[in-house]
Amino acid sequence: MTQNKKSQWLIYTILIILSVFMLFPVLWVLSSSLKSGTELFSWPPTIFPNDITFDNYISAFKEANFGRYLFNTVFVTIVATALTLIINTMSGYALAKFRFKGSTVILILFLSTLMIPLEALMIPMFVVLKTLGLYNSIWGIIIPPAATPTGVFLIRQYILSLPDEMIEAAKMDGANEWQVFMKVIIPLSAPVIATLTIFSVMWRWQDYIWPLIAISDTRLYTLELAIANFVGEYSVDWGPLLAMAVVTMVPMIIVFLFFQRFFVQGIMATGVKE
Amino acid sequence: MKTRSWVPYAFLLPNMLIFGIFVGLPAIYGVYYSFTEWDGISSPVFIGLENFRHILTDPNFLDMLKRTFIYVVLVVPFTVISALGLAWLLTRKIKFANFFRTIFYLPVMISFIVIGLMWNWILQVDTGLINYLLSLISIDPINWLLDPVMANISVIIVTIWARVGFFMVIFIAGLQNISPTLYEAADIDGASDRVKFFKITFPMLKPITLLVIILSFIEFFKTFALVVSLTGGGPINSTKYYVQYTYDVGFNQGEFGVGSALSLILFIIMAVITLIQWKISDGGRV
Repeated sequence: MTQNKKSQWLIYTILIILSVFMLFPVLWVLSSSLKSGTELFSWPPTIFPNDITFDNYISAFKEANFGRYLFNTVFVTIVATALTLIINTMSGYALAKFRFKGSTVILILFLSTLMIPLEALMIPMFVVLKTLGLYNSIWGIIIPPAATPTGVFLIRQYILSLPDEMIEAAKMDGANEWQVFMKVIIPLSAPVIATLTIFSVMWRWQDYIWPLIAISDTRLYTLELAIANFVGEYSVDWGPLLAMAVVTMVPMIIVFLFFQRFFVQGIMATGVKE
Repeated sequence: MKTRSWVPYAFLLPNMLIFGIFVGLPAIYGVYYSFTEWDGISSPVFIGLENFRHILTDPNFLDMLKRTFIYVVLVVPFTVISALGLAWLLTRKIKFANFFRTIFYLPVMISFIVIGLMWNWILQVDTGLINYLLSLISIDPINWLLDPVMANISVIIVTIWARVGFFMVIFIAGLQNISPTLYEAADIDGASDRVKFFKITFPMLKPITLLVIILSFIEFFKTFALVVSLTGGGPINSTKYYVQYTYDVGFNQGEFGVGSALSLILFIIMAVITLIQWKISDGGRV
């Protein structure tokens, strides 16, 4: 065997071992969630469930109010993403294609806030929310994080590269400003809008800190809040909890497998996740 | 572009209004609160630098700050080196490179709360998979989550597991940006793989490595959700890092003034780190 072949085998061996390390927690939780209550705690543990049962899933929905949290999360994710797309695209367009008084100042001010972590604003954001009467409301979860500078920046950079001639031509044809935006800018920006959609869905589905601050009413809990709350209890009911974890992570994994290339583009364009 | 003057403002308005109210205002108020004594209910009372004096002389705070720094200083190099190693392996001519990439990136798609829960289940002392596997090779059960030192090690391992794929992607992009002609020239000179790595790959990757170090430092300094569902910050606060500590002071102890001051200190630490990155990377050109 040549030196080269040997090192090839070594690389594959390393990669496979590491892949197992990356995958087993996910598969283990999946397998555990399909076990019966007694099998879940049997020692030695069974690798695959002896009898596959959906009891944990059923009791998560029936007893742990999981349906409610799932609905809240889906609602927040969809509405917040729609809002984010509308307002970020409008702002991104204004900052990319218009020269106006204060445009540079606004851009710099706005970009410098990329540096402020939400974690450093927990208390005053809570105070503003409460003052406006949005505390413990689903809109309190949805609205404040929608104006994300990351999204505006992502959109602006893309629209900057679109040719001005397209806009001029549309105006010659008698389009007003709003029509230019809707009929020229939006269709041409489809790729970056797709990227932002996926990012926003991911941010909202997985967000923990903001909902934690914005609500305390358990009826408004998102999946993340519900899981964090259940795992903090004195005696943890593992079966339904693991079932919840599976239902919470599977949609995002599917989104990822379908739209992989957008992630890489998005990461490289912004250099950040949040 | 010539246009009526109000048009761009109209397009900016919805985003900037929401941003101004919910982020801009709080940023200003937060600074003011940090100079007040306030329980969040009555009116804030201005007390000057008292909160900062209190924080900087509070042994609990200093313990927590030390704990957070130790965690970050351990987790950053491990993450960066693993991410670079994976990226390097996966940009070589191997089959299934995309498949492996997908697997390593997978945890990035799972929320921190779920990741914490998952590992919490796997690391359970008497029913967890890891202790079972260890028992097969006659190792006594390890108290992964209920011993202060082991709990910190657990959080570190899980953090790396969760985030290595994300930084790997950045390194892969960096590696793919290195011109192949450099390697071809080295091949002509008969350079070995090792020489190529240290003489070409590593120097060319320096800027992006710096970026990854800064990004990961900033991110891990704010670790919160992962710990909530993995250890809950315990045992006896041994994995309670900066953000969770601040949250507790603000929302559980109702000390809005002290909590705001803690937030301001967090912001200053983050700003200093970012500034260092700007300086080293020549004005942000990475």
